[in-house]
Amino acid sequence: MSNFFNKSDLTRQDTDKIVSETLKNCDDGELYLEESKSESILLDDNKIKSSNYSSDLGFGFRAISDEVVAYSYSNEISKDSLKSSSENLKSTLKSIKGTYNHEIPKTNKKLYEDINPIEQKTLKSKLEILNKVNEFLRKKDGSVKQVTASFAGEQKSIEIIRSGGEVITDVRPLIRFNVSVMLEKNGRKETGVYGIGGRQSYDDYLKNDNWKNVCEEALRIASVNLESKPAPAGEMKVVLGPGWPAILIHEAIGHGLEGDFNRKKTSAFHNLMGQKVASEGVTIVDDGTIDNRRGSLTIDDEGTPTERTVLIEKGILKGFMQDRHNARLMNTKSTGSGRRENYRHIVLPRMRNTMMLSGNQTQDEMIKSVDKGIFAVSFGGGQVDITSGKFVFNCTEAYEINNGKISSPIKGATLIGDGPSILKEVSMVGNDMMMDPGIGTCGKAGQGVPVGVAQPSILIDKMTVGGTKL
Amino acid sequence: MIKDQEFLKSKASYCLDLAKKMGATDASVTVGHSISETVNFRNKSLDASDRSDGLALSIETYLGKRRSSISSSNLLDENIKTLIEKCFETTKITPEDEFNSLPDKNLLAKQISNLNLYDETRFENDKKIKYLKDLEESASSDNQIINTESSFTENKSNFVLANSEGFCDGYKTSSFTASCVTVAKDENSMERDYEFSSKRHLSDIKQATDLGNKAANETIRKLSPNKIGSEKISIIFDKRISKGMLNAFASAISASAISRGTSFLKDKIDQQVFANSINIIDKPDIIKGMGSQNFDSEGVNSNTLQLIENGILKNYLVDTYNGKKLNLKSNGRKGGTTNLYFENGNISYEDLIKKNSRCLYITETIGHGSNLVTGDYSVGATGFLVENGEFKYPVNEITIAGNFKDMFKNIILANDLEFEYSVNSPTMMIEGMTVAGK
Repeated sequence: MSNFFNKSDLTRQDTDKIVSETLKNCDDGELYLEESKSESILLDDNKIKSSNYSSDLGFGFRAISDEVVAYSYSNEISKDSLKSSSENLKSTLKSIKGTYNHEIPKTNKKLYEDINPIEQKTLKSKLEILNKVNEFLRKKDGSVKQVTASFAGEQKSIEIIRSGGEVITDVRPLIRFNVSVMLEKNGRKETGVYGIGGRQSYDDYLKNDNWKNVCEEALRIASVNLESKPAPAGEMKVVLGPGWPAILIHEAIGHGLEGDFNRKKTSAFHNLMGQKVASEGVTIVDDGTIDNRRGSLTIDDEGTPTERTVLIEKGILKGFMQDRHNARLMNTKSTGSGRRENYRHIVLPRMRNTMMLSGNQTQDEMIKSVDKGIFAVSFGGGQVDITSGKFVFNCTEAYEINNGKISSPIKGATLIGDGPSILKEVSMVGNDMMMDPGIGTCGKAGQGVPVGVAQPSILIDKMTVGGTKL
Repeated sequence: MIKDQEFLKSKASYCLDLAKKMGATDASVTVGHSISETVNFRNKSLDASDRSDGLALSIETYLGKRRSSISSSNLLDENIKTLIEKCFETTKITPEDEFNSLPDKNLLAKQISNLNLYDETRFENDKKIKYLKDLEESASSDNQIINTESSFTENKSNFVLANSEGFCDGYKTSSFTASCVTVAKDENSMERDYEFSSKRHLSDIKQATDLGNKAANETIRKLSPNKIGSEKISIIFDKRISKGMLNAFASAISASAISRGTSFLKDKIDQQVFANSINIIDKPDIIKGMGSQNFDSEGVNSNTLQLIENGILKNYLVDTYNGKKLNLKSNGRKGGTTNLYFENGNISYEDLIKKNSRCLYITETIGHGSNLVTGDYSVGATGFLVENGEFKYPVNEITIAGNFKDMFKNIILANDLEFEYSVNSPTMMIEGMTVAGK
């Protein structure tokens, strides 16, 4: 645990006093202290290309009065710096008249251990694995022309100090291991990417030479793409595989159910609460409480314990994801979804692990039912226009389906759909729900936070596939 | 107050001395300070204010051909010392890489010309509030506009780059950015659009009312869109989208992508990659330019580069490391392009949109559908159907797709280039792309 006060002229007593005095007549606010240590090690083009270590320390001070949020951050933890932030907040909120709501639920649960993954594995052994990855892939397939492999590890310690001296802390480990491979055959080049990660030590993910499985998966995807043909263009049936393709849910409906867009009524979902927005077989939750997952948090960045929030139950829209600010203005409670990239950023309602739950059909049944369509197994990124509800995501591994059978692989194509109506087109929900491998980062308002997704195989009756073949 | 050069230089030389003392054969350090203040408005009243004040330090240490780096925001001497120790320890066990080195001394920038990138004007928050009030007043004058969000950011930065070859320089920059996002609604749809203005000097920022009106008009005209069928059609890219083609092109000619072999433009130097009429230039010394710089992030002097001349690829964007790999000298593009633009075409905007009896005019794309290894391109799009030069109706929920290799050769540019941002393009037409819709 970090001690934020031992190298500063600022004492905890001074801090409590400044925080309480600044937030006296506010509706909400807190001082957020953060220390992070992170490393990234990259092998590329047969060499260790970079090895970077970074340490960051700072605070963000927030004061809220009615709808107005004042925020000030600095990476100098000192009495002067905190005081000048306090002055800055007070000058913004000129006529403050609020009631400070102290109540934050408590938790004794811990979803991950207090470890520093960087220190738990020597740099030498990390370099060794990266070199092995490079050798393994180049030896395995002569068409391998480029290998990139990387480790990223982080330990983030946070402390939230609220008016009245209440203190809430959390220590969050996070790691990621990634492999990208490029093949060249008959003048064609294609890449395949795969990664794993979460909130445990590197060795928890790498035991039993698991790095080999990651390599093989990246290689498999690249090999499939070498044989790919131009993707079709137009509306057709789409079968999505389980796991990572759930970024469809993240983009199509997840962002639209974040509290801020609904308070402001700029989300295509803002007037659909209690209404049918999906087929009956569709239930979607956003769950921050699964042990060691990339998107899990013991407490969110406002100190609220995370929960499993039901968003859609049997096709009916049931809930939004809330931070304290939007929850207060919408007369509801925080769902523990208040997150920020780091102390430089304000808190926003964000997703954690967004999951569509299993139904009872099989992937086989889905494929058999399709005359002409595509089967999408893996994706790159996605994006959504919250207001119009239109969203896209990019296939990185997909196949054509002809007469109930999977046929040739197709080139990467963008799929586009309409968030509020796409889930009504879901006609089959599989019994094979799977979590993603722990690689997702969600961007919103310039802030990236780690997230997870999960889903079973699903059949979507109508979606536009953005290929080139008419 | 923004920290001055003297303070930053003293920190930088402290780092270099320490690294040398520990045994580093070479080192390079960047120290920066940045203060920014933002005011956010929503529906004509104050929504949020944000002040940030941040120092940043990054150091690279070399032991012969071994190299590693650290970065931190904590500039206390004691912390710096711990970090440099850690960095140097890491360097010792990092394998050698024959291409690792500081830039060649004779390529380093010798003198710093004044590009007028810093405006010391303080635009107090009260003035930002007044600007945003005017902006939102004009943005919300039509009753179809149901939500307005706008912001004004003032940023002042200063930095120093120093290395053990004796380079030690830096300069202040400023930026002022006003932006507005509006939401409009009618009985069929709800749509969002935006407008922004970002300048080095406060006096160059667009008028608040112009900015608000533009955002509102762009949004209202998108209401009640249709989806069109799948077809091959000529596509016109509005200026704010056409400059994205330059970004994709710039990524594909970075020395790193070329040396790794992961670019569809590898081995294309002196070959035709664009239509004959196309010229692309990267110019670092535009006065007040948003992308202007005296030297790149390694201290290498950067001159104007003609990247594409009459459709032919003339230069890659080269940094020291990848340059050594490719046997090329750094051309001062470690941080990428500076002020990148297409030269004007020779047809007016009006004639361009009339060129075909039927075309699709794109104002926004979504998704990350550019594959720079293969050149394949497929993104979600929003825009308008244009017939005989007239905007007929808005279109959405479609995708546009093609391959950059073909697209680049089919580009026709209008003559309406303006220097608004760090990347600028005239309005663009590309024939023969595929639209996927109904």
